[in-house]
Amino acid sequence: MKTADKTNFQWTHKHLLGLKDLSAQEIEFILDTAKGFEQISTRSIKKAPPLRGKVVVNLFFEDSTRTRTSFSLAANRLSADVVEFTMKTSSVSKGETLLDTARNLEAMGIDIVVIRHNAGGAPKLLSRSISACVVNAGDGYNEHPTQALLDCYTIRKQLGTLKGKKIAIVGDIAHSRVARSNIWAMTKLGAEVTLVGPPTLMPSAVDKLPVKISYSLDDIIGELDAINMLRIQFERMANNPFPSVREYSHYFGLTVDRMKKARPDMLVMHPGPINRGLEMESEVADGPNSVILDQVTNGIAVRMAVLYLVSQANQIVGQVKS
Amino acid sequence: MEIILDSQKISQIINTLVDQIAKSVSDSSQNPPAIIGIRSRGEILGQRLAKLLVQRLGCEVPCGVLDITLYRDDLNKAGGAFAEVRSTEIGFDINDKLLILVDDVLYTGRSTRAAMDALIDLGRPKAIRLAVLVERDGREFPIQADFAGHKIKLPPDKNVEVNFIESDGIDRVIVR
Amino acid sequence: MANDLLIKNGRVIDPLNNVNKVADVLIRNGVFAGVGDKFNANGVKVIDATGKFVTPGLIDIHVHFREPGDEEEETIASGSAAAVRGGFTSVVAMPNTDPPIDNATSVEYVHRMARQARKTHVYTMGAITKNRAGEQLSEMGLMRQAGAVGFTDDGSCVQNAAVMSRALKYASMFGDVVVSQHCEEASLAGKGVMNSGYQSTILGLPGLDRLAEEMIIWRDIQLVKKTATPYHVQHVSTAGGIKIIREAKQQGLPVTCEVTPHHLLLTEQCVCDYDTNYKVNPPLRTEDDINALKQAVRDGIVDALASDHAPHLQSEKELEFLAAPFGIASLECAFALYIKALITPGVIDWPQLIAMMTCRPAGIIHINKGSMTAGVQGDVTIFDPNVEYIVDAAQFKSKSRNCPYNGWKVKGKIEYTIVQGEVRYSSE
Repeated sequence: MKTADKTNFQWTHKHLLGLKDLSAQEIEFILDTAKGFEQISTRSIKKAPPLRGKVVVNLFFEDSTRTRTSFSLAANRLSADVVEFTMKTSSVSKGETLLDTARNLEAMGIDIVVIRHNAGGAPKLLSRSISACVVNAGDGYNEHPTQALLDCYTIRKQLGTLKGKKIAIVGDIAHSRVARSNIWAMTKLGAEVTLVGPPTLMPSAVDKLPVKISYSLDDIIGELDAINMLRIQFERMANNPFPSVREYSHYFGLTVDRMKKARPDMLVMHPGPINRGLEMESEVADGPNSVILDQVTNGIAVRMAVLYLVSQANQIVGQVKS
Repeated sequence: MEIILDSQKISQIINTLVDQIAKSVSDSSQNPPAIIGIRSRGEILGQRLAKLLVQRLGCEVPCGVLDITLYRDDLNKAGGAFAEVRSTEIGFDINDKLLILVDDVLYTGRSTRAAMDALIDLGRPKAIRLAVLVERDGREFPIQADFAGHKIKLPPDKNVEVNFIESDGIDRVIVR
Repeated sequence: MANDLLIKNGRVIDPLNNVNKVADVLIRNGVFAGVGDKFNANGVKVIDATGKFVTPGLIDIHVHFREPGDEEEETIASGSAAAVRGGFTSVVAMPNTDPPIDNATSVEYVHRMARQARKTHVYTMGAITKNRAGEQLSEMGLMRQAGAVGFTDDGSCVQNAAVMSRALKYASMFGDVVVSQHCEEASLAGKGVMNSGYQSTILGLPGLDRLAEEMIIWRDIQLVKKTATPYHVQHVSTAGGIKIIREAKQQGLPVTCEVTPHHLLLTEQCVCDYDTNYKVNPPLRTEDDINALKQAVRDGIVDALASDHAPHLQSEKELEFLAAPFGIASLECAFALYIKALITPGVIDWPQLIAMMTCRPAGIIHINKGSMTAGVQGDVTIFDPNVEYIVDAAQFKSKSRNCPYNGWKVKGKIEYTIVQGEVRYSSE
């Protein structure tokens, strides 16, 4: 496994808001650190003490089971206390503002806020206003950095490196924070990324991103090292960007038939939860190429690493101040 | 900077340590000892010891490496230095094993404490013994080495630094 | 006598009368009495304007004073105080209040509050449609009689082409009243919160397609061809939009337009940190758009500079970018911003700039202002073009602080704002 060159390198970020502004070296460093946390989850005592006495708040404004659980487990395994704060609310509805909520939580003495929010930039807003560490668990269509990190971790573990690997991200790119974080991380790590989906699900300036674009999965599937299938989110399909689920699956679904055109060792990935039969057939999701459950497992180690790193950086920032 | 041990002396000390460890292990055939090196100089020393112990005892001596970062007691000390986490790689079951914990220098005893806590989270070894290349004064915890190579007294402002060919290109121990 | 004033030794720029020289300006009884150098002014109050510029009072035809309905953000009184601090002796308040200015009584209310504030002249436009709903025409005639200087549903765009066509036709019977439009086709604009382009793509924020602006400008100009009604494009922001306006003007159509300081100075890049002070509608565009707007200013295609002063509470601007309201409060620094955008880089000269802030906007709303012609109300702005200062939103007379220029170093300081011969603001 390739590791980051540590010369003159120090991790300094007390927030993880996204991957767009991180360097390749910093991303590699997170992945290297995650490796050190992986074994904690495999032993009988699944706990280590580095965040003992720290409080992590899961501040979730959107439904999420797996990401929230993964962050909770990660924090627990580092011996932090975890507070769940779930608020299903639209940002435009009246009531307590995000900043007021965060300031209240901070007044109760928290160390790390893990935030999921339907508005892009909400974690950034928080990081400007409170002194606790902020970790983005998905904001609007902007970024979902830990998902992309665990995707990269999984690929690196399976293929040794991302450099030169051909990876496709398939589906609703326009409304996908997973896609954006993956584009930044994977291209920085040297992968060749192709976005695949109907033009109606591509963002407006997709041609200016450091990626290739294809409207035909069949054309490119044969050369891929890994394929990352995005979830079709029906709640975001109000504008009817494609005529029917049947037609979408016909062009962009990962079917058993389509898999026959792929290289036999192509990794099949999905951030979950899967719409079986829509973006992916069950036989593929559960088949030998699938690393979907490895992604879930690796997610905990990656999130442990992120929580640990922001906490360590916060301590160093304190040192600089004093 | 003063060189207190050169490569020849280091080699002698390692041989002596192997002698001492081998003598102390009575039933090596039934339950051979395992080496646990503390990252990063303890890891190298551990590998050297393991290699020689295999020859001496005529049995396999499993060897692992322990990263104690997560168990350090200064991890959340305000203003502390950034502590980089690396992986613990122990490819065998430590339950009921006689573990030889290996470090380059024994000083305050805090690293050893962290290492023992880390090991306990991995299982319940039969016993843990401590082997070090250099033992200096200045203990802050009630911890002593079972097998100590070179013993030295130094003022608190002095540091002992161990170099190995594998990591530093040269075998030597210096005092700064 | 009160409201008599002699302003001595300033460089007088009165574009309508082609004046650009060092001279004295005399105001008698609240109206201009002459520009020259041999005034007998015994007993008249004198302002020494040596080294300063003296112009007809500046006019901003696009401000939001939020009253009635959102007095916590701005009132006609606080907005008026902000206006004179910014050098403006006349402003046009937009009718998107709560309830909207869509009837004569509301128009009179604005005028009454402005008289009480006694700072700047406050004109108002009336809504084109009742409740700004885009469906039924409001009582344009009665509002016109009450003093409305034009009509707009600003904040919204009249979507229905037939309604807009009817509004233009109906307004034509008043002859001298402008119909203004916030040009934004709703289905293309969608729920956009920033320019649709590279930045919106990488930030994952819904974009406002520039076509939404351009299509309405094009559509309305086709409708204008069927009437003689003056039509005004508010805050044009795109290169495409300005191109359509340019062509309409070449055809001799009664079309005018305005640009804001932010569309001349800021780009979509500013949004990259999700700072809601940069959330504005029309959104900040690109460098290419800025260049096209500046070229249009140079060519005389742009008729007026207007701030689109849109005050909002800090607590609202502290929301998530998606949820925060659109708008920038800039009335008190707008003048210096135009200097920065247009004079400093040499896009236009002083008389051209002053014309776009005096006689030309006065022409759009058909008021007898914006010059020093004898008999015209004695509104004057005196400024020092060379004084540098730091924009400090904390000092604003406006109730709101949503100003992305806070901390900017700018040039061109308002020294006196004089309305009908009376000093309503001085920098001392």
